[in-house]
Amino acid sequence: MELSAQYLREKLQRDLEAYHVEVEDTTPNRCASSFRVLVVSAKFEGKPLLQRHRLVNACLAEELPHIHALEQKTLTPEQWAHEQQK
Amino acid sequence: MSGSLGRAATALLRWGRGVASGGLRGPGVRAAGSGAGGASAERLDALVKKDKVVVFLKGTPEQPQCGFSNAVVQILRLHGVRDYAAYNVLDDPQLRQGVKDYSNWPTIPQVYLNGEFVGGCDILLQMHQNGDLVEELKKLGIRSALLDETEGQDSK
Repeated sequence: MELSAQYLREKLQRDLEAYHVEVEDTTPNRCASSFRVLVVSAKFEGKPLLQRHRLVNACLAEELPHIHALEQKTLTPEQWAHEQQK
Repeated sequence: MSGSLGRAATALLRWGRGVASGGLRGPGVRAAGSGAGGASAERLDALVKKDKVVVFLKGTPEQPQCGFSNAVVQILRLHGVRDYAAYNVLDDPQLRQGVKDYSNWPTIPQVYLNGEFVGGCDILLQMHQNGDLVEELKKLGIRSALLDETEGQDSK
């Protein structure tokens, strides 16, 4: 199992049918393997933050034991469009 | 407003060891430390329900040992939440694993409001930025200090 930003990006994209995914390897700034992810998916519609984050956690269930820290930003396509307009 | 909140967020996440300013640990903050003794689901259930605001941190509110735990401490401080229970998982490996099993959440810090798991640092930060945290605190009978600030500005 390869733990690279690319690998995570592809997995998140696939499993969450994501409209847009960004994965940043923040390991250099932290004490161990860490990532910051942005996932835009219609699957987040109508779900509170905690549920959204749990979906991401479930997607990365296999990888999480090897990840020290995971920062998440989870948006619906509508929220993403709104954000891009700012 | 979103611009300044964005900068605040970055500042909150910047690692700051021993950054807590004097008086941060108000009389109400309970760093319950390693007296937790074991971490069964029943025990954790009791811990998270014992106080309205409960956080599990790496380190203590006075000396957070991790940027994310520090962010949680700083957010609570911004809202003037002085009375909360803080448990240092670095003191107790059983607690560290136990709380993750209890909430089915892989990381520390963890924030519980009114006995319910709310999320980690990311979620707390987003709740802080979008006003949800003020609302959730209000439901617990806690008036956020930020409300007083805003009102002060509006009356000018």
